[in-house]
Amino acid sequence: MADVPILSLTTFLPLVGALFILLIRGEQEAVARNAKSVALWTSVITFIVSLFILTGFDPSNPGFQLVEEVAWLPAFNIAYIKGVDGISIWFVLASTLLTPICVLASWDAVEKRVKEFMIALLVLETMLIGMFTALDFVLFYLFFEGVLLPMFLLIGVWGGPNRVYAAYKFFIYTFIGSVLMLLAILAMYLTAGTMDMRVMVDYPFPSNMQIWLWLAFFIAFAVKTPIWPAHTWLPFAHVEAPTAGSVMLAGVMLKMGGYGLIRANVQMLPEASFFFQDVVFFMSIAAIIYTSLVALAQSDMKKMIAYSSVAHMGYVSMGIFAMNQQGLDGAMFQMLSHTFVSAALFLCIGVAYNRLHTREMAAYGGMAKNMPRYAVVFAIFMFASVGLPGTSGFVGEFLTMLGVFQVSTWYGMLSATGLVLGAAYMLLLFRKLFFGKLEKPEVKAMSDLSAREVAFFAPLVAIVIIMGVYPASFQNVYNPTVEKILADHQASLKAAGLIEAGAPETAELRTETPATQPASEN
Amino acid sequence: MATFPDLAPALPEIFLACASMALLMIGVFRGEGSLRLVSWLTVASFIATGFLLLQGPEGRNVTFNGLFVSDSFGTFAKLLILIASSLAVILSVNYLEKERVARFEYPVLIALATLGMLAMVSANDLISLYVGLELQSLALYVIAAFKRDVAKSTEAGLKYFVLGALSSGLLLYGSSLVYGFAGTTSFDKLAAVLEGGASVGVVIGMVFVAAGLAFKISAVPFHMWTPDVYEGAPTSVTAFFAVAPKVAAITLFIRVLVGPFGDLAMQWQQVIQFCAGASMIIGALGAIQQKNIKRLMAYSSIGHIGYALVGLSAGSQEGVRGVLIYMAIYLAMNVGVFAVILSMRQSGRAVEEVADLAGLSKTHPMLAFAMAVFMWSLAGVPPAAGFWGKWAVFLPAIQAGLYPLAIVGVIASGISCFYYLRVIKAMYFDDVTEPLDRPTPTAGFVVAGAALFVFPVYIVFLSPITSGAAAAAAALFGAR
Repeated sequence: MADVPILSLTTFLPLVGALFILLIRGEQEAVARNAKSVALWTSVITFIVSLFILTGFDPSNPGFQLVEEVAWLPAFNIAYIKGVDGISIWFVLASTLLTPICVLASWDAVEKRVKEFMIALLVLETMLIGMFTALDFVLFYLFFEGVLLPMFLLIGVWGGPNRVYAAYKFFIYTFIGSVLMLLAILAMYLTAGTMDMRVMVDYPFPSNMQIWLWLAFFIAFAVKTPIWPAHTWLPFAHVEAPTAGSVMLAGVMLKMGGYGLIRANVQMLPEASFFFQDVVFFMSIAAIIYTSLVALAQSDMKKMIAYSSVAHMGYVSMGIFAMNQQGLDGAMFQMLSHTFVSAALFLCIGVAYNRLHTREMAAYGGMAKNMPRYAVVFAIFMFASVGLPGTSGFVGEFLTMLGVFQVSTWYGMLSATGLVLGAAYMLLLFRKLFFGKLEKPEVKAMSDLSAREVAFFAPLVAIVIIMGVYPASFQNVYNPTVEKILADHQASLKAAGLIEAGAPETAELRTETPATQPASEN
Repeated sequence: MATFPDLAPALPEIFLACASMALLMIGVFRGEGSLRLVSWLTVASFIATGFLLLQGPEGRNVTFNGLFVSDSFGTFAKLLILIASSLAVILSVNYLEKERVARFEYPVLIALATLGMLAMVSANDLISLYVGLELQSLALYVIAAFKRDVAKSTEAGLKYFVLGALSSGLLLYGSSLVYGFAGTTSFDKLAAVLEGGASVGVVIGMVFVAAGLAFKISAVPFHMWTPDVYEGAPTSVTAFFAVAPKVAAITLFIRVLVGPFGDLAMQWQQVIQFCAGASMIIGALGAIQQKNIKRLMAYSSIGHIGYALVGLSAGSQEGVRGVLIYMAIYLAMNVGVFAVILSMRQSGRAVEEVADLAGLSKTHPMLAFAMAVFMWSLAGVPPAAGFWGKWAVFLPAIQAGLYPLAIVGVIASGISCFYYLRVIKAMYFDDVTEPLDRPTPTAGFVVAGAALFVFPVYIVFLSPITSGAAAAAAALFGAR
């Protein structure tokens, strides 16, 4: 498999499918049917191809693997470089897994302009995979921005009543964030003399420059992640987007922010990350507590899940900047868990919405009686979102909190309140939808999950439980990379004199442990 | 000095001058109804001029006692101008016939304006600069008022004339000050005189010259005429205005500032930085309220000139390269957009509101897609060409340490997204109110060609354009 450019293949296969769909002509119904099947086949094949990335990946190697390198624009020192490491590989697979699920979920839900919808979805997949596998900063930026276009159309053309406002807000927020990142990339290029991210990771940028670069990157990724207070576009985008749009948004696009924070902020700008640690903690805790409270007050179920996403991503940003093994491990795990759980929750809401065409919780009730299968599926993901042991959500939140407690007990305590609030609003949502009397006639008439719906929920249920019961299966792949990132991070902090040479971890420094304490490695 | 001047460097201009006279004769003798013939002959003579340009002598050649210079910097800009003018003529024919103003003077005037632009770009003396500029401007004043029975068009022509005359006055006044204090009008001699620093009089004169040129490229604060003239002039004229004169004026601007005033960079950089920042902001904010797509494009062009000036304000060779790349991309985007605007007709009547594009993606999917590509590119969203243009100007700006200007620029580009998205919104999100007529095949070809250039051809051919622009910029800086 070594000589097959497997990453490029995975990236551009969906685009090929999109081109095929573009060529479909004929009767409107036939076009819609063919477009759907081409999209499904393309995305399934892409998923199968992407599994070869996993088989070709050596988890014990912490560096970049399966690297492809072609000179592209020598005039600007830009090359086409692709590769994956432990951090990015899961996100590639998550993108390829969620796309066929999205196609299935939109099978009947999308009625107008099906052909264009499928094209947008496949282009989105290409952009997402391309972004996670890019190792040249310009390539990274191209794909990062390329995501905007299909998502803008998905929200704006197939969205709800307030879709235009939501699409604009989504676009302008993310665009302004990322153009600042572009300036930072240009400045880094002029300093380091290369666009190769592998080189930049090791390049020691001057300390005062790091502060500004860090801020520019942080704004871009904080909007994407989203971190409070840059999260306000998210509820609108989620509420108005069609189900498939919400799934891709919550499942993969938010992870672009977390991935970027690890790759650019932590790996390339370690000193500034150390400097801004408290700011990030403050913003993350604000996100966890504030957005959980806001979620509690929602009557629109999609909006509630959207706010819960912000809260869950708060754990991610906190875990990343805890800068210790548990924290970063936990952040990775939490991101993966959130990928599947939130995607599944949006799919669940899509199921109800397709039948009743409202997102108001009050319109439902008592569905546990006439839709038992749906209730079970919903309950599994609800518990995973709350963080019940045995589900993926527990592992992620537990590890992140473990990491945060090492930094500061107060931060840990405050962030723990999010767990309680999370349980409160999710249980409230579940109670309102599934319990109570089944008295509304239109709810009574709703049918349980169809075979197609079961087909796309089944893999998600399996993943969420496997991740909860045997987390090492996922962790083993990225653990060596995380260890290396942290080791590099400590090394550069020591080189900069920010932590003392003997101190094993930043956490110890903050509690003012004497430097004479023997170093204990994780 | 009585020797006969070397004509070889100026051969393209001489050819075009003769050709436009011949075209005028053909038009006069054939009378009414010769628009098509004269138009196509004009395009042919543009192509021949371009060919002569490429065959011209290599390196830097000065002739006519130092009044005229030909170098690869000029050649790059002249090729852009000729391409823009040819496309403008090609796009105009159908429009003029439908609007019942099919007069043969139109292509001839464009040919004369183009001749003026070529002369401007090759100016090596303040006198030849002024002569070229006025030849261009006079022809433009006339075609702005080409629909002479329509009040809006005559108003546009008059407004352009009055303000243009004012700016020419500023430029002349500045030139006279420079001459008075430096004792010469020749660019080469000026550069030598100013090497050791300049008196205040020269600096004031230079600022006046810069103000006059800023008017021609419609940089803030000399932009006020742009929206009115763009809206009032016939659309085919606006399509011409938006591109060729801008390319010519900005190349002239670069030549003047980098050549004779190169040693005063410290002084002019501040002015250009202000103009760049203000143009980007006004361009972004001014367009938000516009409903007329021609006015919208006017503000858009103000903003884009601001981006181009960001490259110039870096004052470096890479910066000039960036400006040239930017203008090449700007050309493709604007020609494409105006080809779409020229195709905007409902039951034979020309319409120009953004709202008239509603539902275009359903009635004309390919046209809508091309327009969407142009809008993405104008907004500077990768991977369309517009992004690479911004890249080419912001990189030298960062290199020169102009961080505040760069931040203003990217924020302005974020704001400007709003109105570019509005066009996309109208085409893709809104429902059809009244479908547009089928575009003519010529317009269709131009739209398709420009769209393909913007994405994806530009990415593939990035290297030749970049190296051409780099050679042009090197020629300019090498002459100093």
